[in-house]
Amino acid sequence: MVEELGKTTEGDLVINVGPQHPATHGVLHLVITLNGETIKNVEPHLGYIHRSIEKMSESLTYRQFIYVTSRMDYLSAHINNHACALCVEKGLQVEVPERAQVIRVIMDELTRIASHELWWGAMAMDLGALTPFFYAFRERETINEIMEETCGARLTMNYMVPGGVLQDLHPDFQRKVKEFIQLYKRKIHEYDELVTGNIIFQNRMKGVGYLSPEDAISYGCSGPVTRGSGVSSDIRKRYPYEIYDKLEFDEILETGCDSFARYLVRIREMEQSVRIIEQLIDNIPEGDFQAKTKAVLKLPKGEFYQRVETARGELGVYIVSEGGTTPYRIKYRSPGFSNLSVLNKIATGSKLGDLVAMMGTLDLVIPDIDR
Amino acid sequence: MWSLSQIAGSIHEWLSTTFNPTIALVLEMVIAGVAIIGLFAVLGLVLVIMERKVAAWIQIRLGPNRVGPKGLLQSAADTVKLLVKEGMTPDGADKFLFNLAPFIAMIVAMLLMAPIAFAKDFQLWDLNIGILYVSSVSSIMVISILMAGWSSNNKYSLMGAMRSGAQIVSYELSAGLAILTIVVLTGSLQVSEIVQSQANGWWLFKGHIPAIIAFVIFMIAVTAETNRAPFDLAEAESELTAGFHTEYSGMKFALFFLSEYVNVFIVCAIGATLFLGGWMPFHIGNWDAFNHVMDYIPSSVWFFGKTFFLIFLIMWFRWTFPRLRIDQLLNLEWKYLLPISMVNLLLMTALAILGWHF
Repeated sequence: MVEELGKTTEGDLVINVGPQHPATHGVLHLVITLNGETIKNVEPHLGYIHRSIEKMSESLTYRQFIYVTSRMDYLSAHINNHACALCVEKGLQVEVPERAQVIRVIMDELTRIASHELWWGAMAMDLGALTPFFYAFRERETINEIMEETCGARLTMNYMVPGGVLQDLHPDFQRKVKEFIQLYKRKIHEYDELVTGNIIFQNRMKGVGYLSPEDAISYGCSGPVTRGSGVSSDIRKRYPYEIYDKLEFDEILETGCDSFARYLVRIREMEQSVRIIEQLIDNIPEGDFQAKTKAVLKLPKGEFYQRVETARGELGVYIVSEGGTTPYRIKYRSPGFSNLSVLNKIATGSKLGDLVAMMGTLDLVIPDIDR
Repeated sequence: MWSLSQIAGSIHEWLSTTFNPTIALVLEMVIAGVAIIGLFAVLGLVLVIMERKVAAWIQIRLGPNRVGPKGLLQSAADTVKLLVKEGMTPDGADKFLFNLAPFIAMIVAMLLMAPIAFAKDFQLWDLNIGILYVSSVSSIMVISILMAGWSSNNKYSLMGAMRSGAQIVSYELSAGLAILTIVVLTGSLQVSEIVQSQANGWWLFKGHIPAIIAFVIFMIAVTAETNRAPFDLAEAESELTAGFHTEYSGMKFALFFLSEYVNVFIVCAIGATLFLGGWMPFHIGNWDAFNHVMDYIPSSVWFFGKTFFLIFLIMWFRWTFPRLRIDQLLNLEWKYLLPISMVNLLLMTALAILGWHF
């Protein structure tokens, strides 16, 4: 396959990383052409976990198809649901109660922290340090418990529905979230002591995987990958949805353009998420948690698009409606797919060990890429 | 008070009075061989359970806790599993070399046991070039890794073996130079004499700063030589799945695994012998009462205590540090450790000639 493309020469080593490989975090298949330890070409092969979610959504009603999207980027299931719910609401022209909006934003940010924590642990594991993974899960577990109480599930929450949220908050929700924030603030310095400040880690990350701002834009990257190259791309700031325009938080930008910059963006984004939750947790307004909607939803004929900022970047949901109870066509613009496309660009010329580190900083979730 | 040397002495006495000298010698050799194999197996079991418990302690979890009291029999159960597992040989592999490689790894680890002084007057073979023997025999280890990587006919294995070759050959230099600094002080390569020279204080304390530098370099170099994290590039599981032993299973894998742990024990034992006084008890200057109490602790306890302390250090490295990249690894050796240890050796030589050490 690679030879057909005329990229290998005699003496090159072609290795298949994946679909079953500890570093790809899923069933990604990379065909890597090596010259010794130096990477000459990386070719991702997709499709090992393609479940045709887009096609499946066409035969599901506007209430049902949201549940499937929890399985795309399973680490930010809430935010996927949120994007779909927002898109349907746009079509229905429903006004979401303020309480629901606040709950949604808190849930989104909790999801973002949980996702970044898992990424942090997996990233360190890619670099050969196994211990951070357990530290990350210690905090993530607290979030999962909060989710379990309110939503009934730990990973695929299915909590956001058109018009609001599925059910009201658990009575312990506020207390538990405050406890989590206390725990997080007590423990976050361990992350820096164990990984960020480590000289081996910094040497592995700095100056590696250079992604110029121009490339970041032209490859359609989004999320922390672009912000690590200094390109402002936070949907919450640039195209605010829900109540994000009323909240105080910073868009994290790093200008290093390397793996370390992308790493720092995510670490600092967690702090901003905590800041958002702190603003909201004591000010959840009273009222309905769901707007009154009809039992069977029908979107008017037309096209609707909604984008949100997931933990990995920009997720776009595009619905074409013919006026029926099911969408005519649905297209998801997933952040992971575009972010993966830069892998060859940033990995060529570096060592095999760095490829794993770069994939870590791209924060790939394979079901999000394949869908 | 009984000690290992007394036990060995009484066995020797009984054998030489009961049998004629030739048969007694043969029997002694057999006993020594069985003892080494037994120690090899026991060390493997103990170190594996220790590693898992240390890892669990560092990683805020419990570790093995089902088999036996507090999970202490876990590694015995694992051994049984590995023994009854099918030892597969891949079709494309060079079968002879593939099956030979784990045995070479094991034999090297066993040979290295010979000159180690486990307790006072308790040593298998006190040859006069003991330390040189250790550093030269340990170099054979790289052959078994290269053999395993090459004969597996697997690209991951081959890359792991290539990395390992470059790594072990490089880091042997630093380890050797660190050992030389102590040899310069002692004036002997014989293990028993090196231990004896530390009767009034360990070289780590007597040798001023050069000895401490040598100790640090030695620990870094042997961690790399035994392919332990953060220098575990030969098996880097996130890059090469399992490196040179990707294709091995069952007992053949277990032999690699065991020899890795026994090698860790041996390098730590050498480190303890060179820098921490081997089986010598800890003495402080003129505190006679204190020194007397220390003398009551058996010499084997001192030796194993020091060795296991160093093993704990190496395990601590593994569960804390990320892995280096291959070019950084070689840079560290050739641009930093090697020049530093050369200068350090010169300093130590000057120190020894001028007699400035204690």
